[in-house]
Amino acid sequence: MTAPILWIVVPAIMGMILYAFRRWYRISVIAGTVIALGLAVLARFTPIGVQVDLGPVSFKLADTLMVLGRRFVLTENDRPLLVIIFLLAAFWFGAAYIARAGRSTVPLGLVVVALLTAALAVEPFLYAALLVEFTVLVCIPILVQPDLELTEIQSLPFRGSLRFLTFQTLGMLFLLLTGWVLTGVETTPGPDIAIRAASLMGFGFAFLLAVFPFHTWIVMLAEEAQPYAGAFVFLIFSWMVFLYGLRFLDRYLWLRDSETLLLFLRLVGVIMILVGGGSALFERHLGRMLGYAVLLDTGYNLLSVTLPEGIPLLFAALLPRATTLGVWALALSLLQARSHGLGFSQVKGLGYGQPLVSTALLLAQLSMAGMPLLAFFPVRLMFWQQMSGQALWVVWFSLLGVAGLFVAAARTLIVLTSQEEDSTIKFQETPQSVFLLGAALSGIVVLGLFPQWFLPAMIKGLQAFENLGP
Amino acid sequence: MIIATLNFPEISLPALIILSLSGMMLLIGRDGRWLTLALGFQYVGVFLLVFLSWTLSLAMVKLVAGWMAAILLGVSLVGAPSNTFLEERFSPSGRVFRLLAAFLVGLTMLSLAPRISGWYLGVGIEVIDGSLFLIGLGMLQLGLSTRPVRVILGLLTVLGGFEVLYAALENSILVAGMLALLNLGLAMVGAYLVAVPQIEADK
Repeated sequence: MTAPILWIVVPAIMGMILYAFRRWYRISVIAGTVIALGLAVLARFTPIGVQVDLGPVSFKLADTLMVLGRRFVLTENDRPLLVIIFLLAAFWFGAAYIARAGRSTVPLGLVVVALLTAALAVEPFLYAALLVEFTVLVCIPILVQPDLELTEIQSLPFRGSLRFLTFQTLGMLFLLLTGWVLTGVETTPGPDIAIRAASLMGFGFAFLLAVFPFHTWIVMLAEEAQPYAGAFVFLIFSWMVFLYGLRFLDRYLWLRDSETLLLFLRLVGVIMILVGGGSALFERHLGRMLGYAVLLDTGYNLLSVTLPEGIPLLFAALLPRATTLGVWALALSLLQARSHGLGFSQVKGLGYGQPLVSTALLLAQLSMAGMPLLAFFPVRLMFWQQMSGQALWVVWFSLLGVAGLFVAAARTLIVLTSQEEDSTIKFQETPQSVFLLGAALSGIVVLGLFPQWFLPAMIKGLQAFENLGP
Repeated sequence: MIIATLNFPEISLPALIILSLSGMMLLIGRDGRWLTLALGFQYVGVFLLVFLSWTLSLAMVKLVAGWMAAILLGVSLVGAPSNTFLEERFSPSGRVFRLLAAFLVGLTMLSLAPRISGWYLGVGIEVIDGSLFLIGLGMLQLGLSTRPVRVILGLLTVLGGFEVLYAALENSILVAGMLALLNLGLAMVGAYLVAVPQIEADK
């Protein structure tokens, strides 16, 4: 038994088996959650490359799996990252049934997580671009499910999913070429070839990360797909791409030391924050608002990479991001089940019938904007503090972006509490959704009040990178 | 591009002609069967150009995977009921426009090829020509339509063009296998998107 088999092959096979049994919706969700949790626990307590004695039984998890001349390697340093990835998956799968995310979400979500792990483990890591593309192909049935109740907007012919597929495929092609050019940089270094490699890499990640102007797929998907399923793709996929990008920084010193790259990332990050916050400000569809918020957060993540101690910040932001996006997506899913649409005209006054769901939605929006005492506040504050010492102009523009999100949250509040004929408050939420929303909201507040309990554990994921650690 | 500059013109010239004709057919064709046939022929052209860089057995992987992808798409198209979601109707002038656009794209790519071949030393001009032509036609297909089948055909065309170039740069068996799987995966996604409205209608 090797570590790659345990954390790549096993979840992929279990995901495919669960896909065959997806007709039993609740059972497949529970099974998927338990599998993800189990793998997270195994990652926490099972050493890799070390002999383990359990009474009469002893075993050793090898760290390498050879496939057609290439290696998949998961070492002892990768264990914290594995715990994070599988805990994240378990957290997301747990609410999939309540959120009505579709029968394919959990089974294919397991396969997506397996592919994510494979992309981290493959050597040489440049082949991860192909694994990213396979992940995209698996995400399409998550985003387009025949058993989901389609709203009028969602019945349009899958524009968002097709745009997502197109841009990711084009990004993959650029990154595959980058791999070949980088080999040339190593053998015959020179400024021309380095510029060519950096340009190809820039285009590749621009497509993959939905950097402006290649961002339209996020917003279209947020409008078109089931919110919980769509948010899962946004979260896992962007995290996967960021980890892939960090491997480039970890491997190539000339990239880490490049002032041009630093300036470029700052410019791009600021543009994404402004586009995300500014567009959310004027948006009249709650799903699209989520999409713009994702763009804003991606911009913050890009800016974090440019800080001297920004990469631990990137890892620290994952837990608030997962919690906030999860609550936001769950609230949208529950709202959509009542309103059959997420446009302002369709959700008008729903706050009276679903006060807890509406509260969750608003708190998630405010958390993403960095409101004090909520999950994202500690991370945003650390970012602003560090960035103010490096480039104050970035701080001002980033504050402008979150101001847009604040106003968007205020507009959402106004719409949800618009006067209707019957404006008495009635709790129409189911007991299960009340429990889940209550737990998630508590999580958002606890993360905001006591970040020191959780964030150091997230930063341990950096151990997987030799040269980027704190 | 002068014919005399091509290496192995008995392979590369027919390949370029096949790619041109099949690419244009994919742009203007409407019937699922003709599109499948054109895609199949396109992969013959891809195979011939890849064969200039790889061994026959490895190049055959491209051809077989491509034909499987074409058959997958073709079967799903033939089996799908006629509806406006899948079909794209354009007038005869629309076809003329597409052909002219393809001609312009082809000219542009052929003019760019000598400069780009300077970036990839050791790669023949015919490989660069074929690769750029396919990528250009694929991008044109992607830009002209939002129908699922057209988008998948466009992506397969772009991918085919990329594979022609990449084959001259990298000869790893794992990459060849993964790219072949990718072709199949794209075709499966296309077949799935064709089938989804039918599944919803049957509910």
